[in-house]
Amino acid sequence: MSTATTLRQGPDVNGFFGHFGGRFVAETLMPLVLELQKEYARARNSKDFIDEMDALRRDFVGRKSPLYLAERLTEQLGGAKVYLKREDLLHTGAHKINNCLGQILLAKRMGKTRIIAETGAGMHGVATATVAARFGMECVVYMGSVDIHRQQPNVQRMRLLGAKVIPVTSGAGTLKDAMNEALRDWVTNVADTFYIIGTVAGPHPYPAMVRDFQSIIGEETREQILEREGRLPDTLVACVGGGSNAMGLFHPFLDDNSVAMVGVEAAGEGLDKRHAASLKGGTPGVLHGNRTFLLQSADGQIQDAHSISAGLDYPGIGPEHAWLNDIGRVSYAAITDDEALEAFHTLCRIEGIIPALETAHAIAYVMKVAPTLPQDHLIVINLSGRGDKDMSTVLAAMDASAENAEKDAGKDVKGEA
Amino acid sequence: MSASRIDRCFEALRQQDRAALVTFVTAGYPDYQHSAEILKGLPEAGADIIELGMPFTDPMADGAPIQLASQRALAGGHNTIKTLQMVREFREHNQHTPIVLMGYYNPIYCYGVERFLDDAAASGVDGMIVVDLPPEHDNELCVPAREAGIHFIRLATPTTDAARLPGVLVNTSGFLYYVSSTGVTGSAAPTAEKVEKELARIREHTNLPVAVGFGIRTAPQAERIARFADAVVVGSALVECIANADTEAQGRDDVLSLTRELSAAVREARTTLNVS
Repeated sequence: MSTATTLRQGPDVNGFFGHFGGRFVAETLMPLVLELQKEYARARNSKDFIDEMDALRRDFVGRKSPLYLAERLTEQLGGAKVYLKREDLLHTGAHKINNCLGQILLAKRMGKTRIIAETGAGMHGVATATVAARFGMECVVYMGSVDIHRQQPNVQRMRLLGAKVIPVTSGAGTLKDAMNEALRDWVTNVADTFYIIGTVAGPHPYPAMVRDFQSIIGEETREQILEREGRLPDTLVACVGGGSNAMGLFHPFLDDNSVAMVGVEAAGEGLDKRHAASLKGGTPGVLHGNRTFLLQSADGQIQDAHSISAGLDYPGIGPEHAWLNDIGRVSYAAITDDEALEAFHTLCRIEGIIPALETAHAIAYVMKVAPTLPQDHLIVINLSGRGDKDMSTVLAAMDASAENAEKDAGKDVKGEA
Repeated sequence: MSASRIDRCFEALRQQDRAALVTFVTAGYPDYQHSAEILKGLPEAGADIIELGMPFTDPMADGAPIQLASQRALAGGHNTIKTLQMVREFREHNQHTPIVLMGYYNPIYCYGVERFLDDAAASGVDGMIVVDLPPEHDNELCVPAREAGIHFIRLATPTTDAARLPGVLVNTSGFLYYVSSTGVTGSAAPTAEKVEKELARIREHTNLPVAVGFGIRTAPQAERIARFADAVVVGSALVECIANADTEAQGRDDVLSLTRELSAAVREARTTLNVS
C-alpha cells in the first residue's frame, strides 16, 4: 500500500464503504438524516464541541481507560503477550458510553429534547439513560422482551436513571426487533427526537459517526502500547455484533500494515445451527438503513440470530466491517456459546476480571490462538464491557451443565453397578 | 413510457371528476387462497387501484396491523414468488385495474433486481412503492424499474420540504403518494384542512396525480379527502377487517364490504360538494 492511500477515509458522500452502507430509510426520515450528517460534520470541527467532549470523557466517563497486561492469562496460554484494553472500567461499565456522550452532545446542539435508543444487552440502554439524565432529556429505550428477561439488572438501572423501558414483543423479541420499534418511534416523532443508535450500523452518517466516537479506544491503545512496548501491537482482537467496540479499536490502526485485526462473531450453538455470525454465515442485504451482511432466507426475510450474549444477538453487522471483510483488511472468526462461557470463567478466575459475555467471545478466540504464537507477539483484546449483567445467564448455564454432569455421573455409577 | 394502466385510470377518473379509491391489502394474508379472492373481488367492490403489500419480516414503517399481517403471511409460507404468482392469476381475469406492489427493498434485492423487474412486468404489475428507497438510491431500483415499464411511485411526507420535493419528484411516475402524517401506517390522520393545504403546496411542483394516505379509516374520512385529492388510500383499516373476523371467509367479506362503503363515499365526495 502506498502512503497516499488510506483505508480510513470512508464512507463516500452517499455513505458507502465499497458496496456496503448507504441510507435506506423512509422519506420521512431522509431530511432528518441529512440534517444530522450536516450537523455532525460541523460539530466534529467545532472547538467547543471537542472541548466539551474531552472534559466529559475525562471527568464523567473516566477516560483514559487502562491498557492492562494480563500476566497470568499470558502465562497460562504460554504464547503471545496479551493486553486488555479496559473499557469495562468506564462509567456504566462498557465502551457504549463513548458513543452516547458524543451523540447526546450532538442532540443538544440540534435542539432535540427527547432521546430514544434500542438496546440488546442493555449496556447501550444504560449508557443512553445515563447521558440523558446528565443532560436533562426525556429518554425512551426499546428492548426486546427476551432481552429484558435475561438482562434484568440493566433494566433496573435504566429505570433508576429515569428512562422508560418499552418491551418489544414482535419478532423474536431481541435487538433487531427493538431497532424496528425505535425506528417507528423516530418516524413518528421526527421533530423533537434524537435517535442514539448504539452501534456502527443504521443509515449514514451513523456508522461513521459511531465509529469516530469509539475511535478514542484505538487512539489511546496506540499511545499506551507505544509507551509500554515501544512498538505497535501485532494483533488486535474484539468481539463483533454490530461491531462498534471493534471499529473503535481497529480504525486508528487500519493503515498500519503490520497490525493484524480479528473481529470475533458469535457462533452461538455452531455455524451449522443457530448463530449470530452475519459475515461467516450470512449474505448481503438491506436492513435498518444500510446494506451489509445479514442472516436471511433466500426470499430476503431476516432470520433470528442466536447468541448466549444479548449484545451479539443481531442478524446484521456494521457496513464498514462488511467492507473490511470484503477487502481482506480485517479477518473474522466465530466463537460458540460454550467457548465464550469457558473464556468467561477463565478470565474471572485467573485475572480477577468478570467480562461481559460479548467480550468473552474475543477472549475465547485469543485463548485458541495465543498458544500457537511466539512470546514476542503482542495481542490487544478490547475488554469492551464488564459482566455483572450476565450473572443470571451464566449461573443458569452452570446449573444446566452441573445437571448434565450429574446425569452423566449417574450413568457411570449404574454402569459400574 | 406508453400510456399505462395507471395513467389510463387517472385519465378516466378525471373525466368523471372523482378521486380514485386505492386499497392496500397484504399479499398472502390471511392465507394465499383468501388473499387471492380478496384481490379478485376488490375491483368489483369499487377499488380503482390495488396496492398489494409484499410481506417482509421487518416492516419498519408499518404499524401493528400490517406488521401482524406480514408475519402471518410469512408464517403461512408466503414469499415474493407467490406474490407475483397472485398478480399473474389476477390478470387472467382483470386487464384494467392497476396493481402497485408495496414493500421493502430487501426481498427484491435478494430476488435480484433485474429478474424481479422482468417477472413483475410479465405478471402484470404496474407500479411499485418501496418504502426504504429514497431518491438518493434511485440507481438501485427506481431507474431500472422505469426502464422496465414499471412506475416507481414515491412517498412525499410532511418532512419533505420545498427544497427536497423536486428531488423526490424527479423520477416519480404514475402518481405521487402523499403520506399525510409522520409516523407508521395506521397512525392517526391530521385534519383534512391541513392535508388540503399541504396538497396545494405539492401541486405547485407537479402535475402528477396525488394520492393521500396514512390514517384514513372510514367512509366519512375518505369522502372528505376525496373532495380535493386525486386518490384516497386505505390500508390498515382493511387489513384489520381480516384480523378482527372470526373466519378467513368472514374477513374477506368484511374487506370487500368496507371497500364498497369507501367507494360510495369517494364517488359522492365531489357531487356533495357541488350541491352544497
